[in-house]
Amino acid sequence: MLNPADLGALLLTFKVASISTSLMLLLGTPLAWWLARTGSAWKGIINAVVALPLVLPPTVLGFYLLVLMGPAGAIGKFTSWLGLGTLPFTFAGLVVASVLYSMPFVVQPLQAAFTTIGEQPLEAAATLRASPLDTFFSVVVPLAKPGFLTATILGFAHTVGEFGVVLMVGGNIPDKTRVVSVQIYNHVEALEYSEAHWLAGCLLLFSFTVLLALYTVLKTHPVAHQLK
Amino acid sequence: MTQPITACFQLDYGVFQLAVDLCLPGSGITVLFGNSGSGKTTLLRCIAGLQRAPQGFLEISGSCWQDSERGVFLPTHKRALGYVFQEANLFPHLTVADNLQFGLKRIAKASRVADLQHILELLGIDHLLKRKPDCLSGGERQRVAIARALALNPEVLLMDEPLASLDFKRKQEILPFISRLHQELNIPVLYVTHSQQEVAQLADTLVILADGRALASGPLSETLSRLDVPLAQDRKAATVWPVTVVEHEAGYHLTRVAFAGGALSLPAVDAAIGTPLRMQIYASDVSIALEAPSATSILNVLPATITGLADDRAGRSVVRLQVGNHALLAHITSKSALLLSLQIGMAVYVQIKGTSILN
Repeated sequence: MLNPADLGALLLTFKVASISTSLMLLLGTPLAWWLARTGSAWKGIINAVVALPLVLPPTVLGFYLLVLMGPAGAIGKFTSWLGLGTLPFTFAGLVVASVLYSMPFVVQPLQAAFTTIGEQPLEAAATLRASPLDTFFSVVVPLAKPGFLTATILGFAHTVGEFGVVLMVGGNIPDKTRVVSVQIYNHVEALEYSEAHWLAGCLLLFSFTVLLALYTVLKTHPVAHQLK
Repeated sequence: MTQPITACFQLDYGVFQLAVDLCLPGSGITVLFGNSGSGKTTLLRCIAGLQRAPQGFLEISGSCWQDSERGVFLPTHKRALGYVFQEANLFPHLTVADNLQFGLKRIAKASRVADLQHILELLGIDHLLKRKPDCLSGGERQRVAIARALALNPEVLLMDEPLASLDFKRKQEILPFISRLHQELNIPVLYVTHSQQEVAQLADTLVILADGRALASGPLSETLSRLDVPLAQDRKAATVWPVTVVEHEAGYHLTRVAFAGGALSLPAVDAAIGTPLRMQIYASDVSIALEAPSATSILNVLPATITGLADDRAGRSVVRLQVGNHALLAHITSKSALLLSLQIGMAVYVQIKGTSILN
């Protein structure tokens, strides 16, 4: 069965994933919108940077974050100057790392959805007196709903499933940075296979359910990106 | 109410340049005609503000929408226009009613169209309000798009080849609506097309564009008969006259129509006396005689004056004639022109073999 430490890890994981996903949507939406519409020379570079976590070993990203956010790093100096202390081995640090690590899972579906919408509905909205911001909320968001759904679910699920970055940046502090994946690792290290089974089973079930729900919803969702 | 529209744009995309300086009437349908690449859609998009010409001046019913010298450029959403795209471009996530409401919600009550129901009935879409766009036919979608634009009671209605994506039957279904619109609503319409048929059926004023320049601009029959634009040389060249039904000769299945300067007999037209019609006369249906033919099977023989001559150096002459107040084009062989020694200013007779009524 799940012991209190396991439940704490589950709760923490849920908290990290929720906060990270919200932040990713908040930051990723304008970023994806810009990437989908810009003709700027920076587009390629920004696209590559956003996609980096897809190919880098999590330990590499974790290592650089650790260095940057540490007392000698640029971010660390900045946060110290703000009076926030340094971020490694804190809940906030864990969230920052999660946001960076899972960002492509939010930005890419949104970018694809925005690109599919194309120019036409935006122009139609403009000729119907809608300002660009108005158009974004009244036309783009409803038309990109499947994209937002995919981004939210993939961003959340991927944050839940991360391990390497968490271990590097967050460490293994109960109720602060010890998320489920780390807790499973602890159980296995201690040869507590039955406890590991319970937690691993929970994650497996969660991930499968989420993905199944996603694909079911996407399949039945009216194809919104085709303009009639 | 009917202040002219001043549109002056210069834009350089390297491979394509637009340079137009137009003064268009503030009422009726003005057709911007040209082949693809002539700049007609670019011009319309510049008027809408969807594209920004670096050098431009645009004034519509007294309000300035662009003046690059003073740095004025009103963004599209602040221009009191209606725009109908080539594809209906309805919002797929909204019902027909919500599509119609989209623009209405964003303008003051006072500036909305007084009678939306009338427009819905005019366009025959009042029974479609609860449907989503993907449950409509192409023709229905385009009619909803027109209603959506008109609901805003715009200062000008811009239409970019609204019929191009529709088949012949759907086109015939929508054309009468468009020609009725400006009669009933009194909104100036700028209409882009590459179809001569739509020009003949809709235009009051015609602007002919080629390579980003306006070759000719003016009232329809005048512009159609200008010998210096390629349209007059086209095999399907025609002129369009406004006529009025004056008499039905039921026994002969004929209808007499009057035009400014004379009258013609046509195959019976099902329209009441006094009905205004648009009559099209193909240049190839017009022949020329020096004297009034005494015995001919052709009913419509009219006195005319030659006002222009052009030879296409391929055996064909294009003759421009003045009949009453109207211009007429005749395509005859170069040999005939030579044998009759036609000259500008000569008084002749034209025989019109056939006409067609467009509405």
